[in-house]
Amino acid sequence: MGDFVQLTIAGVSIGAIYAMAAIGFVLLWQTSNTINFAQGEFVVLPAFAMVLFFVILRFPFVAAMLATVIVSTLLLGVGVKELLVTRLLKMGVLPLVIATIGLSLLIRYSLQQFWTPLALPFPAIFSREPIRLGTVIVSLEEIGNILFAAVVIGALQLFITRTKLGRAMQAVAQNRALASVLGINVGRLVTITFVLNAALTALAAILIAPVYLVKYDIGVSLGLKAFYAAIIGGFNQIRGALLGGLLVGVVETLSAAYISSHFRDAFALVILIAVLLLKPEGIWGVKEEWA
Amino acid sequence: MGVVARGRWPLMAALALGLLLPLVLDQYKLYVLSLTLVYVILAIGLNLTLGYAGQISLCHAAFMAFGSYAVAILGQHGVPFEAGLVVGVVLAFGWGLVLGFPALQVKHHYLAMVTLGFNIIVFLVLRNWESLTGGSFGISSVARPAWGPFSFKSDRAFYYYILAWAAIVVASAYWILHSRWGRAFRAIRENEMRAEVVGVSLRNYKLMAFAIGAAYAGTGGALFAPLLGYIDPGAFTLDRSIQFLMMVVLGGLGRFEGPLIGALVVTVLPEVLRGSEGLYLIIYALSVILMMLFMPKGLVGLWDLVWRFSKSATSPSTSSASPR
Repeated sequence: MGDFVQLTIAGVSIGAIYAMAAIGFVLLWQTSNTINFAQGEFVVLPAFAMVLFFVILRFPFVAAMLATVIVSTLLLGVGVKELLVTRLLKMGVLPLVIATIGLSLLIRYSLQQFWTPLALPFPAIFSREPIRLGTVIVSLEEIGNILFAAVVIGALQLFITRTKLGRAMQAVAQNRALASVLGINVGRLVTITFVLNAALTALAAILIAPVYLVKYDIGVSLGLKAFYAAIIGGFNQIRGALLGGLLVGVVETLSAAYISSHFRDAFALVILIAVLLLKPEGIWGVKEEWA
Repeated sequence: MGVVARGRWPLMAALALGLLLPLVLDQYKLYVLSLTLVYVILAIGLNLTLGYAGQISLCHAAFMAFGSYAVAILGQHGVPFEAGLVVGVVLAFGWGLVLGFPALQVKHHYLAMVTLGFNIIVFLVLRNWESLTGGSFGISSVARPAWGPFSFKSDRAFYYYILAWAAIVVASAYWILHSRWGRAFRAIRENEMRAEVVGVSLRNYKLMAFAIGAAYAGTGGALFAPLLGYIDPGAFTLDRSIQFLMMVVLGGLGRFEGPLIGALVVTVLPEVLRGSEGLYLIIYALSVILMMLFMPKGLVGLWDLVWRFSKSATSPSTSSASPR
């Protein structure tokens, strides 16, 4: 039993990071109908930036974090929106899908080619010292990740529900044409969503860097986890992406421990397929109109 | 009808080139050309699914794996190549139906996710079902087809064997696209709701476009295994599926000549840039993005421009816009 609780906490800790990437993914889909196939690389690039600022340039931690978030929001937020999305948005879903696949390859192989094909170690942010709570042993890192993610997601939720901009975002998500008629600058809101997403993935990168090593190709599996989380939980709901992320984290941790680590990636997929068959809008999602 | 005539002569030229080129190519170049033909078959399948019917598939490599592993495994037990090919094609077609059935009821992005997930599952199964697939070591010495005393063992003979299959595939795709089916596929791509209103059974046609594309992938896969001589799960990853997607996009989505050009570029370009594989992938990724931004009709779109230009140089009459 102690084992089980311990593994569940470890799963929630990794799942919280997936949830951050998944929430960004869902936000992009909601306001701009972008299925971002480069979401994994949107985590990897800031992770490398963090290595640059924190490990190589030896910035203090908070300064490195800020610098990483700024680089990410400029490049992956404003940059991608202005250069790619603005032009492709008018042409439907598919061209943007293909362009983001291209973007993911570009980021991945540029990092491999121009930086390093090797895995870069990253110092732990939180202590890995085990803490004993009765029969359960957890690490400060796990608790730290969960709290950090909770604060970020909580702040985002407040932004979306309590501020004028956030409510405008919701309006755009619900009906782009109508929001535009009501005087909301849709283009600017899409930019803001991309910036928010880039900030989320940068923060996720800072948490994931010490857990995974920083390597050019970890985005593949991270991106997948974000997809799974978003679909399982509900593609059009932030709470859905949160639930999905946690579920994916817990299921993969438990199944790797109890069943087989060979099929570690397969169990989340099994849930995914079950959800698609039984409730295609996701566990916590809302039915979308046919488009 | 000018479009059909125009579509036909480059194909004839390609066929003539395909017949004559092997006589002058060395062994390695012959291999690259054989591989290109296999990829042409696969890309034609994906073009049918994605280019014409607008259904995104990110598991083309998984469908391909059914063909490859069917001929490899059955070949070990002395089953003739063609029988293995049929089994592989049927498997791919069947899985296409199974996968398409739930996924096609929902929208684009779900199909992308489901197919993406399916490719990963197939890869994991290939790697872990060691008793059947040989695990990560794969299966070596996959036999090439033989008809009684006559065998296609030599590289050149097997090249012509692949060329024959490619011709069959091209012809069948041409036939499908010019039948009622092809028109229905295009109607769905252009506007699903309108297609349904005028009586196109959405689900059936989408399902068929998906499964037929998968069957072509199975055919390509069956030819791929004996061409290389060995297969392992690494040949059927998600990356490979994305590579096929790129072929179709680079060539020109929903254009008949598209996959031929796309497969040629994607197979030959890395050979030209050999030694700098990372750089190749970067160029490749950049060209996909630029293509989407500035040339969404692919390389065939360029060809159109050249054609229109040369035509307007000879006669001032307006050339009709091509029905895609």
